[in-house]
Amino acid sequence: MCLAVPGKIIEIYAAGGLRMGKVDFGGVIREACLEALPDSKIGDYTIVHAGFALNLLSEEEAQASLEALRELASIEDELDPPAAQDWR
Amino acid sequence: MEFTTEFRDAHLVRGVIEKIRRRVTRSWVLMEICGGQTHAILHYGLDQLLPAEIELVHGPGCPVCVTSLELIDKALAIAARPEVIFTSYGDMLRVPGSQRDLFSVRAAGGKVRVVYSPLDAVKIAQENPDKQVVFFAIGFETTGPSNAMSVVQAKMLGLKNYSVLVSHVCVPPAMHAILSSPASRVQGFLAAGHVCSVMGYWQYPSIAEKYRVPVVVTGFEPLDLVQGIWMTVDQLESGTCEVQNAYSRVVSREGNTAAQAILNRVFEPCDRKWRGIGMIPQSGWQLTTEFSDFDAEKRFDVGSIQTQESPYCIAGEILQGLKKPTQCPAYGKLCTPDTPLGATMVSSEGACAAYYRYGRTEG
Ligand code: SF4
Repeated sequence: MCLAVPGKIIEIYAAGGLRMGKVDFGGVIREACLEALPDSKIGDYTIVHAGFALNLLSEEEAQASLEALRELASIEDELDPPAAQDWR
Repeated sequence: MEFTTEFRDAHLVRGVIEKIRRRVTRSWVLMEICGGQTHAILHYGLDQLLPAEIELVHGPGCPVCVTSLELIDKALAIAARPEVIFTSYGDMLRVPGSQRDLFSVRAAGGKVRVVYSPLDAVKIAQENPDKQVVFFAIGFETTGPSNAMSVVQAKMLGLKNYSVLVSHVCVPPAMHAILSSPASRVQGFLAAGHVCSVMGYWQYPSIAEKYRVPVVVTGFEPLDLVQGIWMTVDQLESGTCEVQNAYSRVVSREGNTAAQAILNRVFEPCDRKWRGIGMIPQSGWQLTTEFSDFDAEKRFDVGSIQTQESPYCIAGEILQGLKKPTQCPAYGKLCTPDTPLGATMVSSEGACAAYYRYGRTEG
């Protein structure tokens, strides 16, 4: 129940008295409760646990992290060619 | 940006690992708290790619693993009642109680249903007014908001046939318990990113200071994990012990205050017994007075329960970072995912299951 990957909010509506939404996890669509994300909008990415959206993801922060990681690993050119395994 | 593939760049991961290799001068023991991280580490083979000086031990962040045997036995007793529809996350079905598991209760005619979210359990309660629907509310701060919301919704809808069997546990008290043990080997923590997405990380500076350990909030993708490990090792090598955030795209210092407000309305801290570890003061949540009508333990009297743990299982020591699954004499022999003797071999987040699945025979 805790292996949550980010999903994209594709629909927002009210149901059973709660703010709910449909979230797309790479093609798998799940319903999620958006009560803790009052400002969320369609197109936002969120982490969902047990049908409840915990937080929104920040693209700005993600880019900054990747940039910092590229810099940190800039010794990469001295390394062997990329590993055979590609996890994507 | 998809927020996933970008953080699985194998070339970049190797670069960061090389950086760690060049930085490290002696051996260090780090603990990842969350079972989801344990699985990701083994899945991507990061434990084998890291320099030998870095030892990862696996923390108690697997809710299925730490739910006490007493509560499992209570769940089994409640699930066997004819008027009850017992709902649970799927992982709980095969967790061994003293004598049996939820699967065997179902095979014997008990109405046990797997749900993805407790909000689905509330729907089942609405559709079955003549039945008592009970949800097994296990988990850390990540499942807390969902479990809490189900109770709020049930109250709002005036449902008299919904209740929760609460077994909530919280991360910071467990970190205190692990570090204050004289046997503790942990020198740095990778804090669980999704727990922090709800709770923030303002609770950690006091831990870092008191026990002189670096704490780095870490995510779940391979790049997140090596970044968390890099930041922890870098701190250890320079003799600092601060709280850092390696998961800033998801986690802020204060966390999600709207989710915390829901949690604080429904739950309050209580002492909680952890399977294999024992009682940790103020390490759990129980329902507040406003919602105590929804407490399944109060609604169903199951009498006194005598528990019996398998004599082989050393899961408690594993979850405190004292031992590895491969050090358990039953591992892979008497105990496999098909014949689990302990919860850590059942759960998709359990360390024993992860070691078995990814074929670890040592380390
Ligand atoms: S291998 Fe099985 S018996 Fe041994 S610690 Fe893990 S769950 Fe317990």
